[in-house]
Amino acid sequence: MKISTNWINDYVKIDDVDKKELADKITNAGVNVQEVIGEINFNKIVVGEIINAKPHENSDHLKVCEVNIGANTEQIVCGAPNARSGIKVVVSLPGAKLPNGMEIKQSVIRGVNSNGMLCSLEELGLEEKSEGIHELPNDAIVGKSPKEYLNLDSVYLLDLNPNRKNDCLNHIGFAYEVSAVLDRNITLPQTDYTESDFETNINLKIETENVLLYYAKLVKNVEIKESPEFIKLRLTNAGMRPINNVVDISNYIMLEFGQPLHFFDADKVGRALLVRMAKENEKIITLDKQERTLNSEDIVITDGEIPICIAGVMGGLNSDVDENTKNILIESAIFDKLKVRRTSLKLDLRSEASLRYEVGINPEYTLMALKRACHLLEKYAAAKISKNEKVVNNIKTSTNVIEVTLEEINKVIGVKIENTDVIDILKRLKFDYKVEGNTYYVTAPSRRLDISIKEDIIEEVGRLFGYDKIVAKLPTLEMTTGGYVPRIKYRKDISSLMRSLGFNETRTYTLISQKNSETFNYENKENIVLLKPISNDRTHIRTNIISSLIDVLNYNEARTIDDVLIYEISNVYYKELDDFKEDMKLCALAKGNILKSDFQKTPKIDFYYLKGIVITLLEYLGYKNRIKFIRNEEIPFMHKGITADILVDNKKIGFIGKIHPSLKHDETYIFEISLDELSKNKGARIKYTAPSKYPSIKKDMSFNFRKDIIAGEVINDIYKMSSKILKNVIVFDVFDSTEHRSLAFSLTYQADDRTLNDEEVMKDFENVISKISEKYNAKLRNE
Amino acid sequence: MKEKIEAAKKEFESLKINTLEELENIRISYLGKKGIITEFLSSLKNVSKEEVKELGKIINEFKNEVSNKLENLKKELKEQKLNAKLESEKIDISLNGTFRNIGSANPIEKVIEELEEVFISLGFTVVEGPEVECDLYNFEMLNLPIGHPARDEQDTFYITDTMLLRSQTSPVQVRTMLANTEKSPIRVVCPGKTYRRDNDDASHSHQFTQMEGLLVDENISLADLKGTMDLVVRRLFGNVESRFRPSFYPFTEPSVELDISCFKCGGKGCELCKNTGWITVAGAGMVHPNVLTGCGYDVKKYNGFAFGFGIDRLTMLKYGIGDIRVLYTNDLRVNDFNRRDN
Repeated sequence: MKISTNWINDYVKIDDVDKKELADKITNAGVNVQEVIGEINFNKIVVGEIINAKPHENSDHLKVCEVNIGANTEQIVCGAPNARSGIKVVVSLPGAKLPNGMEIKQSVIRGVNSNGMLCSLEELGLEEKSEGIHELPNDAIVGKSPKEYLNLDSVYLLDLNPNRKNDCLNHIGFAYEVSAVLDRNITLPQTDYTESDFETNINLKIETENVLLYYAKLVKNVEIKESPEFIKLRLTNAGMRPINNVVDISNYIMLEFGQPLHFFDADKVGRALLVRMAKENEKIITLDKQERTLNSEDIVITDGEIPICIAGVMGGLNSDVDENTKNILIESAIFDKLKVRRTSLKLDLRSEASLRYEVGINPEYTLMALKRACHLLEKYAAAKISKNEKVVNNIKTSTNVIEVTLEEINKVIGVKIENTDVIDILKRLKFDYKVEGNTYYVTAPSRRLDISIKEDIIEEVGRLFGYDKIVAKLPTLEMTTGGYVPRIKYRKDISSLMRSLGFNETRTYTLISQKNSETFNYENKENIVLLKPISNDRTHIRTNIISSLIDVLNYNEARTIDDVLIYEISNVYYKELDDFKEDMKLCALAKGNILKSDFQKTPKIDFYYLKGIVITLLEYLGYKNRIKFIRNEEIPFMHKGITADILVDNKKIGFIGKIHPSLKHDETYIFEISLDELSKNKGARIKYTAPSKYPSIKKDMSFNFRKDIIAGEVINDIYKMSSKILKNVIVFDVFDSTEHRSLAFSLTYQADDRTLNDEEVMKDFENVISKISEKYNAKLRNE
Repeated sequence: MKEKIEAAKKEFESLKINTLEELENIRISYLGKKGIITEFLSSLKNVSKEEVKELGKIINEFKNEVSNKLENLKKELKEQKLNAKLESEKIDISLNGTFRNIGSANPIEKVIEELEEVFISLGFTVVEGPEVECDLYNFEMLNLPIGHPARDEQDTFYITDTMLLRSQTSPVQVRTMLANTEKSPIRVVCPGKTYRRDNDDASHSHQFTQMEGLLVDENISLADLKGTMDLVVRRLFGNVESRFRPSFYPFTEPSVELDISCFKCGGKGCELCKNTGWITVAGAGMVHPNVLTGCGYDVKKYNGFAFGFGIDRLTMLKYGIGDIRVLYTNDLRVNDFNRRDN
């Protein structure tokens, strides 16, 4: 919304106030003035007279002007086509600062000195586009400030909060705010006119309760012509294009009172106005010559039979005012906010009028605005005004008296406000109120639809008293411990472990494409899909983080980053039957070098490296000796020979492996774990166990197995075949030849209660050797 | 015999020993079983008692001299050998080190954790809520009924008529109050992901991050809110001034916006603060009675404040990031977030 401060001055005197300072005051009181437009600093800007303008030697369009600025004459180079001797112009001298930020300096233009600039209205910020320099009236006094010869108006660009759109989308409403901030009186505009000797003899009928208030009034013999200068200027400054006096007056009223008016050509309408809900598939051709199809949710004004206007949204072509119009039927009405909003959204016809209907209209202005229109039409369009108006009023009036006490105000604002302060503020706001002791009974004004409860009054008092007077303090409350809820703590601990293991945390988008969603949906989860996405890349809510991390990898690879260790912990979502489910997942991706050296060889990331990370993580979480990996060949986007499910307590919690070479030809490894699934298994508590006091004995053995032997299975068997003194078995050497696979095992023996003797150990060890040889038909190797 | 000993002494003193091997040979030839000195000693049995005393003394002195000298020389030679070895092992220490990556946090996470630290120290619990949320909690119970114009400002991703991707973290307020069956005081903050139908550009992101806060207790005022907010912004931005500006949120009344004095220009006006000297960092206010009542709280007894920080914006301000997309691109070349901030 743009507010012309010149216009505001009609209702509350502000011509003596600095418009920038006023804007700050209003902003600090709660209505945001985003920008002040048209403020000119007239320092070093004077009226000048061109006394000589001759062509520039080195240019075919520039002129070298001798300009009289009172005290002396200056030579100024100017490119405007209308620069000529004898005219009075606006001269910016070196040091002047124009509203567009340009600073005037002495310069040399194509070899000729130029000591300033002759300004156009555009350069002064008073016009969008100028053709040449601005010519001042002939009686302008040379050397003086050009201020009084220009149509100056400081325009406020408002950035309104939704609660203040009902009152500050019009000049009178904004004037009330200004009057409260400055503590000044307000004067409402003239609404008088001469009644002519004819009647508004239309038959008005309202058949829907979605019309709250409807006035119709007939005016005759309008003369359609250009609007007076001040109306054109004010409309322009407020952001509307002047058209003709009749259209402009209707817009002027809307910007003045916030009450949209609709003008029908009375001769096209006939004798009846019937307002009702549209019929299904009822058609109307609107002013923009489009055919619109309506339904029973749309309010229409009809001539008794066919629609002539979509209420609050747009008029019909069949009843519009044109250059031949003589007689006008004025509508000033209030329609249901939601209905107008839905219709305008549905038809994609959002206008200044529909916007105002949506935020609510002050019913006290509906008739006033109508009368004001008659006043202006009489004055500027020579209209004759009927002596009555037709009205249907469906508003159930009930005054809302809000009770609030001084104690309540002080309790919420947290600062001592006196009784007299509150009364002063209520007066400034022009609210109707009664005081009994420290209790105030405030009538919610109809021009402030946002005021309805006690807290609203408290806010009004607080904002005008000034929040800067609040002295900050910490709440004095009972002590209590803060902290993280367990699920967040769990996530944070895991996150910090992953970082300490060298993985970078990523933060990627929850919304992904259908394609990615389908490619990586290894759990066959039902996707949650947006009803109205904004792009094809972001239609599905991810059920896992894999594609997001691959995207990050691709992005970085494209920037020649070869070592990538990344992870993300994120909630993912899916549908199960009719339920929306959440799952907290950890996904990690690794590729390249583990260590970085400029000149030495370092190990590369492989399956076993990432497997080590997974085990480290799970052991950190207290799942030592409860972890299993089982080969999984079923995940389509993974290398089927290098992929395994991860199990804790025999329950699957995720997978690990190498990404399928068709997706990533480089060695890229990934794992994903459902942390919510994992945390269902309780991790062990930390408990002290004393290290064994007795020495351990190591025994090594090596076999040639058949080629497809699985080391883990042999290890499991060794444990089974051994007695309790076997503490640990590891594979310390693997050699694959074309005929067989040789594995070397190291067995650690130890007892908790005694020193083992060699005999005992050898007995067990030899037993294992013979059983393994037998079971696997494997040959013991002797080195 | 005396002369023999003197001669042997002279010979020993003139010896040149260069290596440990030579030294060992000489040791044997003097002090070994058949060594010169051993032989002198054994020849003492052939001399008279008077001479034994005198010669014995001379031989022992000679023996001590030899063993001391050889012992010292051995040490010296050993050291020389070690030094030579160390010299030969010398490396070029100017070559670069070998590195292991310290994983870095996303900048958003760093800012969230700084805020959490302040709030936890004030007795707040950090909670969370689902991102797939129902309209009831995201809007309706926050005093935003269907058709409320403020819903327009939050163009929301709907999933069904009643389910959506939350457009704010505020529904966690509702969830927290509803979950509190005793209807007792509350102090929570909730950082989390939020979504709106914005096209991504330098200053808009369809996914962003908020941190919601809610305090419900008795006799809470805007002064308490201001004090709490001051602690937070000073933690993030140092010694800045702050101010409240009246604002509007459907779920708070009165509502305010929290501005801080521009930490870049000190309030004089610059590009960062758009020449106003102030930067808006949070929205806040006193919890609207409709919200409290809707969640079962007795507004005669309890009131409270709520606030919301735009974490992305705070992160950008704090670290001087000009484009919000940077926070979600995860460019690994950006790597200053794995270290202590000073």
